[in-house]
Amino acid sequence: MLEARIYVTLKKSVLDPQGETVRSGLASLGFTTVQDCRVGKFLVLRLNEADAAAAKTKVDEMCRKLLANPVIEDYVFQIDEVRG
Amino acid sequence: MKVGVLIFPGTWSHQDFAHALQDILGCDWGYVWHKDTSVAGYDCLVLPGGFAHGDYLRGGAIARFSPIMEAVVRFAKSGGPVIGSCNGFQILCEAGLLPGALLRNTSLQYRCRWVYIRTESTATPLTRTLAPGQILKIPISHGEGRYFAAPETLAALRANDRIVFRYATPDGRITAEANPNGALDNIAGVCNEGRNVVGLMPHPERAAERLLGSEDGRRLLESLLAAATRP
Repeated sequence: MLEARIYVTLKKSVLDPQGETVRSGLASLGFTTVQDCRVGKFLVLRLNEADAAAAKTKVDEMCRKLLANPVIEDYVFQIDEVRG
Repeated sequence: MKVGVLIFPGTWSHQDFAHALQDILGCDWGYVWHKDTSVAGYDCLVLPGGFAHGDYLRGGAIARFSPIMEAVVRFAKSGGPVIGSCNGFQILCEAGLLPGALLRNTSLQYRCRWVYIRTESTATPLTRTLAPGQILKIPISHGEGRYFAAPETLAALRANDRIVFRYATPDGRITAEANPNGALDNIAGVCNEGRNVVGLMPHPERAAERLLGSEDGRRLLESLLAAATRP
């Protein structure tokens, strides 16, 4: 069994008012060293798949077709072996 | 002349469109369910507002894979008029029928209020009978209406007269104060390259009779019906 951990974030060129609000919340708690904050999505997929290379190809296709919108978002993912 | 009003699970403006089309404009119309696979018999399609499939993942992201969307894409590619309002606009962007995307309002708040939009292009089925620059008072109701497009996409929209509506003051000035959601360039609506697919965040169906405070939405629907009527 494989597990894909996918991170979807707004592109750098896209304003993230939610991230900015979180940053200002942290600043008001005294965490003034936080220079920037971006809020994104985290998805975990369990894949009934043995071959990591094939899984990588499929997860990349999933990201392109549905999980991320290429107009506004970037994505990265990692695939690890997990116990079924 | 028959208008197809699409319904996805979570669509909420279909009855307002049906009321405007039937009771105010007296035209023939029918609902098209998202699991249908054909739009045969319709001269024009409307994707109403709402929260199709709960807006899970992103507004319109799941709806674009509904079975009906293949027929919608074929209809659009063959030149048929397709209008998306609010969530319908989001679906058309996700489906790739319109450029760009709609992001969370800069205020992070849901905005439900009257806005003024300026008609930037009259070369679309929705605006053909309007005057260039005509100001319309129409409500918005959305949390994710901030239009965004990459710089090269925005340049192409500007160069080809594809920005259809922009948020404006009542006297037609394009200002930051008139922009309810932080949309790029105050963009409230755009059209595709073929000019037959138009998306806008405001709700014309909710401004189609004097009782509701404005008849400006009716002007848009009348233009659409005139454009979709076969000779």
